[in-house]
Amino acid sequence: MLAKRIIPCLDIKNGRTVKGTNFINLRDAGDPVELGAYYAAQGADELVFLDITATIEKRKTITALANAIAHHVNIPFTVGGGIGTVEDVNILLQSGADKISVNSAALKNPILISELAKEFGSQCIVLAIDTKKEEDGKWYVYLDGGRTKTKMQCFDWAKQAVDLGAGEILLTSMNHDGTKNGFAIEITKLLAENLPVPVIASGGAGIMDHFSEVFKKASADAALAAGIFHFKEIAIPDLKKYLFQQNIPVRI
Amino acid sequence: MNSKVVIIDYQLGNLFSVKQACEYLGYDAIISSNPEELLAADYAILPGVGAFNDSMKNLESFGLVKAIHQYINSGKPFMGVCLGLQLLLTESEEFGSTKGLNIIPGIVKKFPPDINHEFKVPQIQWNQIFEPSDGKWQNTALCVCKPGDYMYFVHSFYAQPDSEDYVLAKTTYGGTSYCSSVQRANVFATQFHPEKSGLHGVEIYKQWFDQNKK
Repeated sequence: MLAKRIIPCLDIKNGRTVKGTNFINLRDAGDPVELGAYYAAQGADELVFLDITATIEKRKTITALANAIAHHVNIPFTVGGGIGTVEDVNILLQSGADKISVNSAALKNPILISELAKEFGSQCIVLAIDTKKEEDGKWYVYLDGGRTKTKMQCFDWAKQAVDLGAGEILLTSMNHDGTKNGFAIEITKLLAENLPVPVIASGGAGIMDHFSEVFKKASADAALAAGIFHFKEIAIPDLKKYLFQQNIPVRI
Repeated sequence: MNSKVVIIDYQLGNLFSVKQACEYLGYDAIISSNPEELLAADYAILPGVGAFNDSMKNLESFGLVKAIHQYINSGKPFMGVCLGLQLLLTESEEFGSTKGLNIIPGIVKKFPPDINHEFKVPQIQWNQIFEPSDGKWQNTALCVCKPGDYMYFVHSFYAQPDSEDYVLAKTTYGGTSYCSSVQRANVFATQFHPEKSGLHGVEIYKQWFDQNKK
């Protein structure tokens, strides 16, 4: 039986973990290395850390932080934020990251995905998509940490990226992120059930039942959350126990 | 500890986390592409993530194919991880056919495409390992595991040894029941990444080191 993954996300700004609501109003949630080790010990299945300011501020990747985290955790982790070149990825993987995630740079230059997949293998290339459902009922892709709207639709972009070699999709619904009203079932389901790669649902987790819902109703392979873990509203061992009781396969 | 641990570097894949696991257990591992250094090791680990044919090409160009055989023939403990397990087989289906190290007779195959998208390839998953027959894990590095324990897997290909004798663990993905660990005398290998499998995984390394102490 395959385990559904629970992934705490560490959004990093200036070396600290932060968590915003709908991509703004950042609050400090602590030291990312300390948090990473804590989550690994608690039974998290994977960690994602994203330098959420990197693209806008043109800052280079958080290599030193990746290295520090790798020294303290023994579960897989992904690093993202401002990754734009094969060399960026090479440095991060050598610093101990298992996967990297690309977002804005890949949409601006889709060939980057195939270059990365060819060089490092699809298994370590995660495509992060920030998407928002507009009044016309369509899900549009946003860039630069949710600041720039594009004409690209979410499913089309995800499909194209997978064809180019993306090995996994990290899907964040901007409508849901930070609301604690549950994950975006509709768009997650569309991607998870129609693409040949794993889909990580992100944005909106508030209670344990939201995780159960996104696994059962949207067929997500993994669910990612930040604030509810950082502020200890949900403890990972309790969440795993809850999901296990709901007959969802999890690693306990 | 004075044991010399060599992590074989063939310029592919992530060696950092394997080194990390060794250090956690008190072993200062050397990352090396040098055949002489390998032959002087007390423990050797062949890690790897990436393409089978590039890996064999690189191993060959560093003179490591011969050195690995020589090391294994000396009877010293050898551990393969992920691609490091697959490389032990006779050949791989990846890109037509590529010859492997031929230490475990058998073939490396790709997971069949899954039309329902239920079992995606690559498998990037925590998945369960099972004991092929009762007692098989006794006196092996997996003795600390329970059938059904979750380990972390990242792969598109899997090993299929000719003989069940060398199959130390089995895992099921989609309709495919495959070999997720092998043992042949002093050669032990896992398709999963013990160094990424939390505390359970670290225990496997610990057993491997402890059981092979001189």
